[in-house]
Amino acid sequence: MIRIISMRLFQAILVMIAVTAVAFIMFRFVGDPVATMVREGASQAEKDALRATLGLDKPILMQFVEFAGRVLGGDLGTSFRYQQPVAELLMSRLPATLELVLVATVMSLALGIPLGVLCALKPTGIMSRIIQSATLVGISMPTFVTGLLLILIFAVNLRWLPSSGRGELVNLGGWQTGFLTISGLKAMILPSVTLALFQLTLIMRLVRSEMIDVLSSDYIRFAFARGLPRSYIYGRLALRNTLMPVVTVTGLQIGQLIAFAIVTETVFQWPGMGLLFTNAVGYPDIPVLAAYLLFVGFLFVMINMVVDILYTFIDPRLRTK
Amino acid sequence: MLPVLDIKNLRVEYPLANGGTLVAVNDIDLTLRPGEIHALVGESGAGKTTVGNALMGLLQAPGRIAAGSISIAGKQINTRTGRTEGIVPGRDVGAIFQDPMTSLNPLFTVESQLCEGMLAHLKIGRREARARALDLLKAVGIPEPERRLGSYPHQLSGGQRQRVVIATALACDPKLIVADEPTTALDVSVQAQILKLIRDLADERRVGVLLVTHNMGVVAEIADRVTIMQNGCVVESGSARGVLTGPKAPYARTLIAAVPPIEIRLERLPVPSEETPATLKARESVRSKSRVSAESKDDEPVLTVRDLCVEYGQRSFLPGRASAFKAVKSVSFDVKRGEIFGLVGESGCGKTTVANTIAGLVTPSSGSVHFQGVALGARRKKSLRQSLQMVFQDPYSALNPRMRINAAIAEPILFYRLAANAAQAREDAATLLEAVGLSGQAGERFAHAFSGGQRQRIAIARALGPQPSMLICDEPTSALDVSVQAQLLNLLKDLRDLAGLSMLFISHDLAVIRQMCDRVAVMKGGEIVELAETETLFSAPQHDYTRELLRLAPSLDRILKTENTAA
Repeated sequence: MIRIISMRLFQAILVMIAVTAVAFIMFRFVGDPVATMVREGASQAEKDALRATLGLDKPILMQFVEFAGRVLGGDLGTSFRYQQPVAELLMSRLPATLELVLVATVMSLALGIPLGVLCALKPTGIMSRIIQSATLVGISMPTFVTGLLLILIFAVNLRWLPSSGRGELVNLGGWQTGFLTISGLKAMILPSVTLALFQLTLIMRLVRSEMIDVLSSDYIRFAFARGLPRSYIYGRLALRNTLMPVVTVTGLQIGQLIAFAIVTETVFQWPGMGLLFTNAVGYPDIPVLAAYLLFVGFLFVMINMVVDILYTFIDPRLRTK
Repeated sequence: MLPVLDIKNLRVEYPLANGGTLVAVNDIDLTLRPGEIHALVGESGAGKTTVGNALMGLLQAPGRIAAGSISIAGKQINTRTGRTEGIVPGRDVGAIFQDPMTSLNPLFTVESQLCEGMLAHLKIGRREARARALDLLKAVGIPEPERRLGSYPHQLSGGQRQRVVIATALACDPKLIVADEPTTALDVSVQAQILKLIRDLADERRVGVLLVTHNMGVVAEIADRVTIMQNGCVVESGSARGVLTGPKAPYARTLIAAVPPIEIRLERLPVPSEETPATLKARESVRSKSRVSAESKDDEPVLTVRDLCVEYGQRSFLPGRASAFKAVKSVSFDVKRGEIFGLVGESGCGKTTVANTIAGLVTPSSGSVHFQGVALGARRKKSLRQSLQMVFQDPYSALNPRMRINAAIAEPILFYRLAANAAQAREDAATLLEAVGLSGQAGERFAHAFSGGQRQRIAIARALGPQPSMLICDEPTSALDVSVQAQLLNLLKDLRDLAGLSMLFISHDLAVIRQMCDRVAVMKGGEIVELAETETLFSAPQHDYTRELLRLAPSLDRILKTENTAA
């Protein structure tokens, strides 16, 4: 167990070093920082002096080590556009995205798993056919179309829900949450439904196909031969065996959602990280882009680690050894 | 005394897509008294498992009980629903499945799987269920039952898992147990223990056991009565001893005769169908092409294995901390020209690893393998690879399902440039198919169109394509029915005589080894414990382990012998 975790940790560090190197290279090769920083018509001597103060005259490996050191210390540089430390900028946008993703994930799991089980138990039933075709629409429609449709129906025509923004927020020690006000919760509904729709379909189909496999296994036949109640066989014995791939996919999807909720955030003008990132690409705001790259790398590495550890909780076979 | 199971005129049908019906079980009668073990025997497709499923209410969806009646402990099964008022599977009928590796859920503890049935069927609490579970584990002879309750299935050996499965079957004190091939997946020594356990439980608890099996040795070992089935019908039924020693129906006679005896070596196993003229002609053509002449049989070894060691292990980054599992420890033997050399042992003894090393599928950690005087390393000359061919255990996964049979057989022929062009290679493939007893036209079809035995013939034809001088056969018949096994063993013998092939023949079945091999090596824990001429080994085994294996192998002959001594 400890061996597995330490192994994973070691791999995670390797990946993070590689990601940091890419972020570093981005600084080096996307324009000369000195050229953007000095005033116009500066002499060569002035430029060299600035180069020396920034440490850009040192050997490249030294520069990389220093860069990595700064990153570890939480210093991700200053945004070209906002003239604000990038770390601060990210932190101010993070809660919006995390809350959105959390709601969308809970929604997709809470609906996707039961629907998947239902479709697996009655693969030819009318209900499961309806569910399957309905979710097929969900998965094949681009997110921005779903988002715009929802805005059109619920915000423009019915006027039930707001079409953009996060509503009123409550500040909990630097974390701007929308969970504690009615308008915050209402604002969350449309974007999270839009985001959850694709996940829901994915999880439902995954659970369905996995469950069909598990139901034909010997240990489930053996459970039937012992006359155990159906609800117990399906809901406990079979379901736990189907959860392994669901955990993997959900983990990766959470990463995907946090990193790339860009379209949804743009449609709903949701002040999250995706919006920050799209703006940075247009500017181009290199420190923000580099920090974003580091953040996404870190996120995926962490999620994969958590998924691996969760595996060992679900599957006892991975615990020994 | 009320029979625990009474089946009358049972008929089970599966409606087919084309509107017809497949009759899986036709007009079966069977009675089982408390404490009796009744064996239901037959080859695959005989319908024996269907009978078991029917009485447990486990028939797969379109299948249905079309006629007849089943009553368990005097209560009738409703033939329309397949269920009985007052009879609950699990509580009144216990089940034991074939493969203990897959019949336990890997994610739940032994305790949870033992108790769930009791909690569902008996009105008892968790604590009481746990106490009963502990008693059950003791009753089935699991060491350290307290600790084992908290174990997961993967922490138990195959035999222990099957004991747990038996314990779950007994959990609610059923009157009837259906055991479907309960020992097929186990080693002989474990098989002997499990069979004894089932016998003892039947005697002590007065449980009736319906034992579904294809193994005549198992029947001889523990059954009181036996019913032989063919194509869904009963062909013979009676006391186990009576049927096994003096079968009356012709099918029963051939079936029992096809079981390879462990006590005596036969020139050929008796099989109903012998070679057709086409087969003989094809074999003649295979012989004329063979590069090894059958006459050049001398004592010069074709294959020499010296001090072979194979280790599997994880490498650690720290030197000296690598933990290695020694699968093969210093194994040495020779195979002479035209000889069939047997490797026998229980699962995990390293016999397959030896075969894979010789075939170049596994790299040895030390030792040498010489084939036709040339050392075999990781990289081999094409001619050497050509001369050494392999037949695998499972005919179902050994053939590519998307390739036509003649293409599969022609592939190595073309690869080794043994035919001028593709058309010629196909012709050779057709000849090979005829030589193994299939029709030449069979090559146009895909693997799924063939039965297990036919597929294994195809696999042999494919191995013969490159005109090898040596075949490695890894358990070539263990997935097959006895009558098919007998045919294949005869075929392999014929091919040896025909083409002067040498063979490395791997099996866990001592009777098969006795029929096939000239010399045998017995392996245990990665080492050869005894190597001798087959007849010497069977008549005067030297090593304790060999004696143990011989003693435990379930055998038809034993029942005959005990009867002789009794008479």
